[in-house]
Amino acid sequence: MDLSVLVLNLAKGMLVSFEIFILTLLFSLPLGLIVAFARMSDNKIIRNITRIYISIMRGTPLMLQLMVVYYGPYYLFEIPLPKGYRFFAVIIAFVLNYAAYFAEIYRGGIESIEVGQYEAAKVLGYTETQTFMKIILPQVIKRILPAITNEVITLIKDTSLAFTISVAEMFTAARAISAAQSSLMPFLVAGIFYYVFNFIVAFAMEWIESKLAYYK
Amino acid sequence: MKLLEIKNLKKSFGDLEVIKDISLDVEEGQVVGIIGPSGSGKSTLLRCATMLETMDSGELIYLGEKAVTTDESGRAVYAPGKDLKRIQSYFGLVFQNFNLFPHYSVIKNIIDPPITVQKKSKDEAIEIGRELLAKMGLSHKEDAYPYQLSGGQQQRVSIARALALNPRILFFDEPTSALDPELTGEILKVIKDLAAENMTMVIVTHEMGFARDVADHIIFMNDGLIVEEGAPEQVINNPENERTKAFLNRFSNAI
Repeated sequence: MDLSVLVLNLAKGMLVSFEIFILTLLFSLPLGLIVAFARMSDNKIIRNITRIYISIMRGTPLMLQLMVVYYGPYYLFEIPLPKGYRFFAVIIAFVLNYAAYFAEIYRGGIESIEVGQYEAAKVLGYTETQTFMKIILPQVIKRILPAITNEVITLIKDTSLAFTISVAEMFTAARAISAAQSSLMPFLVAGIFYYVFNFIVAFAMEWIESKLAYYK
Repeated sequence: MKLLEIKNLKKSFGDLEVIKDISLDVEEGQVVGIIGPSGSGKSTLLRCATMLETMDSGELIYLGEKAVTTDESGRAVYAPGKDLKRIQSYFGLVFQNFNLFPHYSVIKNIIDPPITVQKKSKDEAIEIGRELLAKMGLSHKEDAYPYQLSGGQQQRVSIARALALNPRILFFDEPTSALDPELTGEILKVIKDLAAENMTMVIVTHEMGFARDVADHIIFMNDGLIVEEGAPEQVINNPENERTKAFLNRFSNAI
């Protein structure tokens, strides 16, 4: 197999990795905010359930969570696995896992905003929703962006975990080709792909950070 | 006309009775200075009056409209939300720490509340905002961000922000306490100018000399009670109460 065929094959896998990446962010970023609110809820039951959920998501390997989500429905409830569930399982597991991490980042950010900001908004007559959307959230985003960048970069690398349930993302492809050719080359090329992907994402996040640097 | 009436206000934090029983009226055009040692409850009084703190019992009435009443069991009952929203628009508050919105420019800090809360048009809000900035001597800072301003400038922006909503009564919570001494003068001048325009104000302050100059009614608080009140020269120059005398003696150098 010459290099161009190898790159083409890995690029196909890359597309799947990219899909996992985008879909995970698309759902886990908003879900994380909801989880953060549940975690800060005045209701003790909601707060504690959320705390346990976050603790499990952070305390067990993502690979294990992936397997539970994929095999769980069949082994636990004997529900036959529908076609294409493999990919859904990856998205569900990733979203649940990353939402927990994002929730804690949001919570830290929200709790770091001075109470005076809420009080000023209240006295000026803003509603609670207006206060959060216009005054609090923009400041939270600026503060948590470096932490979010860390998670996003980790996510890119974590997409390779999908190989454990044989989703044909880039790492799965690299592994198959490497085994067939007894060559390290596929891994090397895959490594370059991941690195470039990360480089672009890190660059984009830095650009966003610089856009928010107009105030302190 | 009475703009504000507070009747038998009581407030505790746990076992600590911060406000024991306070009643006061503020007439239109009046400038009330509230002084007293720290821990006397003057800031809590202001926070109860501006509804940042819920009172335990008593009555709070703005322009004859009841924001808080007391039921038979002696507990404070707040008016329904939409009434409170309306009543809240009658007053403004200037904070010790300014609490400007750091992500908004100076002009946005001032025009966003009228646009968001009062549904004013952007053009109208900007007109009001620019007029207020000119009054505060900050026209050249319109596009600056709060972090680029000195404390005194930030406080003037926060006064403009409060005024943009056209409140009937303006509260100040230690407006000069977070400022370097040489910057307090500019804030005091703004408040004096407002007093000259007949703005109704209630000012909690440590600046005894300022309270004497600008207020037409002084309230001296100690231990959750009003110990002495009256005209400035009476309370500050010839206090009758021992506690007031002792407190003012410590400040005599500052006056």
